[in-house]
Amino acid sequence: MKKKLVIIGAGMASGRMLEHLFDAAPDLYDVTLFNEEPRGNYNRLMLSPVLSGEKTYEEIVTHDADWYEAHGVTCRFGEPVVRIDREAKLVHTNQGSAEYDALVIATGSAPFIIPVVGKELPGVVTYRDLEDTHAMIDAGVAGKDAVVIGGGLLGLEAAAGMAARGASVTVIHLMGHLMERQLDPAAGYLLKKDLESRGIKVHCEGATKAILGHERAEAVLLEDGTVYPADLVCMAVGIRPETRIAVDAKLEVERGITVDDSMRTTDPSIFALGECVEHRQQLFGLVAPLYDQAKVLAKTLQGEAAEFRPVQTATKLKVTGCDLFSAGDFADGEGREDIVFRDPGRGIYKRLVLEYNRIIGIVMYGDTADGNWFYGLLKDGTDVSEMRDTLIFGPAFQGGGAPDPMAAVAALPPEAEICGCNGICKGQIVQAVQGGAVTLDAVRAQTKASSSCGTCTGLVEQVMQFTLGDDFAASAPSGMCGCTDHSHEDVRRLIKSMGLKSIPAVMQELGWKTPGGCHSCRPALNFYLLAEWPTEYQDDRQSRFVNERNHANIQKDGTYSVVPRMWGGVTTPAELRAIADAADKYDVPMVKVTGGQRIDLLGVRKEDLPHMWADLNEAGLVSGHAYSKGLRTVKTCVGKDFCRFGTQDSTGLGIRLEKLLWGSWTPHKVKLGVSGCPRNCAEATCKDVGVVCVDSGYNISVAGAAGMEVKETEHLASTPSEDEAVQIITAFIQLYREHAKYLDRPYKWVAKVGLDWVIERVVDDLAGRQALVERFELSQSVYRKDPWAEHSTDRERAKWAPMADFTLEAAE
Amino acid sequence: MTQFVDIGSLEDIPVQGARLVRTAQGCIAVFRTADDRVFALDDRCPHKGGPLSEGIVHGDRVTCPLHNWVFDMNTGEATGADEGQVGTYATRVEKGRILIDASLIARSNAA
Ligand code: SRM
Ligand SMILES: Cc1cc2nc3c(=O)[nH]c(=O)nc-3n(C[C@H](O)[C@H](O)[C@H](O)COP(=O)(O)OP(=O)(O)OC[C@H]3O[C@@H](n4cnc5c(N)ncnc54)[C@H](O)[C@@H]3O)c2cc1C
Ligand code: SF4
Ligand code: FES
Repeated sequence: MKKKLVIIGAGMASGRMLEHLFDAAPDLYDVTLFNEEPRGNYNRLMLSPVLSGEKTYEEIVTHDADWYEAHGVTCRFGEPVVRIDREAKLVHTNQGSAEYDALVIATGSAPFIIPVVGKELPGVVTYRDLEDTHAMIDAGVAGKDAVVIGGGLLGLEAAAGMAARGASVTVIHLMGHLMERQLDPAAGYLLKKDLESRGIKVHCEGATKAILGHERAEAVLLEDGTVYPADLVCMAVGIRPETRIAVDAKLEVERGITVDDSMRTTDPSIFALGECVEHRQQLFGLVAPLYDQAKVLAKTLQGEAAEFRPVQTATKLKVTGCDLFSAGDFADGEGREDIVFRDPGRGIYKRLVLEYNRIIGIVMYGDTADGNWFYGLLKDGTDVSEMRDTLIFGPAFQGGGAPDPMAAVAALPPEAEICGCNGICKGQIVQAVQGGAVTLDAVRAQTKASSSCGTCTGLVEQVMQFTLGDDFAASAPSGMCGCTDHSHEDVRRLIKSMGLKSIPAVMQELGWKTPGGCHSCRPALNFYLLAEWPTEYQDDRQSRFVNERNHANIQKDGTYSVVPRMWGGVTTPAELRAIADAADKYDVPMVKVTGGQRIDLLGVRKEDLPHMWADLNEAGLVSGHAYSKGLRTVKTCVGKDFCRFGTQDSTGLGIRLEKLLWGSWTPHKVKLGVSGCPRNCAEATCKDVGVVCVDSGYNISVAGAAGMEVKETEHLASTPSEDEAVQIITAFIQLYREHAKYLDRPYKWVAKVGLDWVIERVVDDLAGRQALVERFELSQSVYRKDPWAEHSTDRERAKWAPMADFTLEAAE
Repeated sequence: MTQFVDIGSLEDIPVQGARLVRTAQGCIAVFRTADDRVFALDDRCPHKGGPLSEGIVHGDRVTCPLHNWVFDMNTGEATGADEGQVGTYATRVEKGRILIDASLIARSNAA
């Protein structure tokens, strides 16, 4: 008599296993196949083409009724197994039962549902089977809104499918970039850009808080308060092995059902395969290894020895137009080296990770033609030292040649501004060159481009070179650091003219030579981006130097100093008491009056910072930003209210300026001084901006220095009106924010652009001044807030302490 | 064989950031890279004792916040012209939890 083989789950893994089994031993078993879905096996991978309308369900069926009949399989579809009785070797469903000699569990996996309010509402689906696919097809009609939670493989296929059917789709992804398990940030950026170009909105670093709606899903609410309308919500945040019946049957289950190399569970008559298993601590989510398991299990069931050995699998995304390829381990690591190729013009990024001269990781975007070739080298462990230099160009060295340093400039539209000082666009320079201006001097003479501060010379030369071809040799560029050949100024301008809004975007489009930058370029990029796109750019805390990340100055012993703001150097007994109390409570080793008219608490432990801030906040004190490339102090003198020589309210003006400017980030620190008369007790004439009050009004001077260099300020403007003085100063700060190179103090920047150029913009051109003030205010609407308050909430506080403390365990 | 103990979840450390583990013999900085690898190094720069945990993390390197020495987190060695090395400790990430060489506790107990 034939032995009885019962299979739970008619999915891709068990389907393939049956094919192998019937090929080799058609008469060994009587097979009964249970499936929860009311149908047999179909190609689950092809649900995405069904969703997008490129295929029909009929086209993706792999085993039809004829096939099952021909092989004598008893099909019990739409009848889920609810219990396994290992003693009696029986499986039970709600309709009946079946006996087995050998049992195979192939229940696949279940989509993970994030436990948020509203997850049960109609209109919330997952993406696993045909039913889900139909729900999305029904929703995917023009004019409807769909939200996909999860920017991994499945989520993006769901999003693209619904978008193809006309829905307007938003993808919400928890991590910083899409498909973070398969892609690095550079490739994730390109993928996002491609999806956005086809109308799919992508919201990274978005944590879902709730699904809103009464009768059915209507919208998705994020932790940050954003709300996206949603007629349909697809949750595709991950899968977990479907192990419930195995757990109930007391089989060994870790994350998946544990199997040995022959695919046997802890019960010798029970086997498992597919996404429901865990093999040597590994889970599986792609079909390639499952097919290998199917081969092994078919042998095991015939009593033959076979061992499952998982191999690396490569990932592709089945979204037309998004070409990506990823395989192996592409993390940085010991002795690992990167070969990076970026072609910004064509949106291509390729990265190979080598270890001991062998490829161990591959990430490719835009051009994946060589993916399988690299993948072959990876799987075979080929020594690539011989071909290292040209490896990245693929088997045919095709595409040959290095990335084009001119690509970023070549891609600029004619109206992109090249020379910020004179407002000259690329098109004007091209025209001049085509009209015969073939030297830099000629271009300068005709267009004025690069004739002022000269910092755009590199870009102008690149435009000339790209217009003239090899006839023009640009001078060697000096990059902002080893990661790029572009200068600070070029990067700033290209961020603006190319509309680059994230660090990965800058690195890809400008052809960064490293995968993720360094400690020198990252803080600069972070500033340039937040200054250019104050409302859109998400400040990157990890790209900031320790002081700005921790909102306090680090000391030589790793403790910090805390300096609360004292507006214009004015304080009250209550504030002083709060500072004294904090100094006592947190054992502050030194309390010192600074050169900036306020009090420094030095030697505070990191974990005490948020607590001390909360105490200071309570007394109305906020961060003095004594650590920031931003507004530091506005020193004042007592002025006319008390001093017998005072001409104007210098204290009041200082406070007004400090309250206006605080919180703003600048290329370097900014300090102001306001003196009530030319005796200048506030030392205003060596500050970045100084105001000296006189009987007739206010003398504003800028670009002083009293640090490593000492320099008197230069006269910018005089005005009888305090309001106008404030406006001119604000416009000056904004001009500095928009144009200066990171880490240039105002005196250095003014020396480059020339004071006359500054005067034209912030004093003479009234409309221009007004626009500068408005842009400053827009930025301040985001940044004029106390960082201490943000970090001393209960939720944030814990993050400032060590994550584990073994000294406590030792004491126990 | 190295024994490992659980010190917390991967999410506790910001991407490209670090958190501390305190032991009786000083703090260990536990770093998380952009691609979710975890490294553990002594939190004392061999130059002048700077807290490496507060450095900028780039790739598998970290730059000391005090005077910009750059360390390879795999080996703990200073890169470039600078010479010096910090101790490194074995770590593992399992099911989203970070495990660290348990001899660190032993080290604390011994003290
Ligand atoms: C606390 C204070 C000294 C004091 O005890 O008075 C101080 C302390 C530091 N100064 Fe200063 N400066 C202080 C007033 C000044 C002044 C005078 C002033 O503000 O009126 C100057 C000259 C004016 C100027 O800004 O140039 C000054 C010029 C510098 C410089 C040189 C800047 C330059 O461009 O030449 C640096 C180095 C730098 O920024 O790169 C510096 C850097 C520093 C740092 C942040 C060094 C560092 O990077 O760790 C010190 C931090 C100490 C701490 O942990 O708090 N400090 N520093 C003063 C804080 C003022 C405040 O209330 O915010
Ligand atoms: C939309 C989509 C796209 C994908 N794209 C790719 C891709 O491009 N490349 C790739 O490699 N992989 C892809 N995958 C993953 C791939 O489909 C799975 O790895 C594979 O299907 C897993 O096979 P399986 O047999 O383990 O489970 P499944 O194919 O899920 O089969 C399990 C079956 O068991 C049934 N079942 C569960 N519990 C019971 C029970 N108690 N009783 C009876 N029956 C039960 C289920 O209803 C299901 O039909 C994709 C998956 C999806 C959903
Ligand atoms: S002058 Fe400034 S930077 Fe130098 S030791 Fe004094 S506080 Fe520090
Ligand atoms: S203490 Fe680390 S570089 Fe000086």
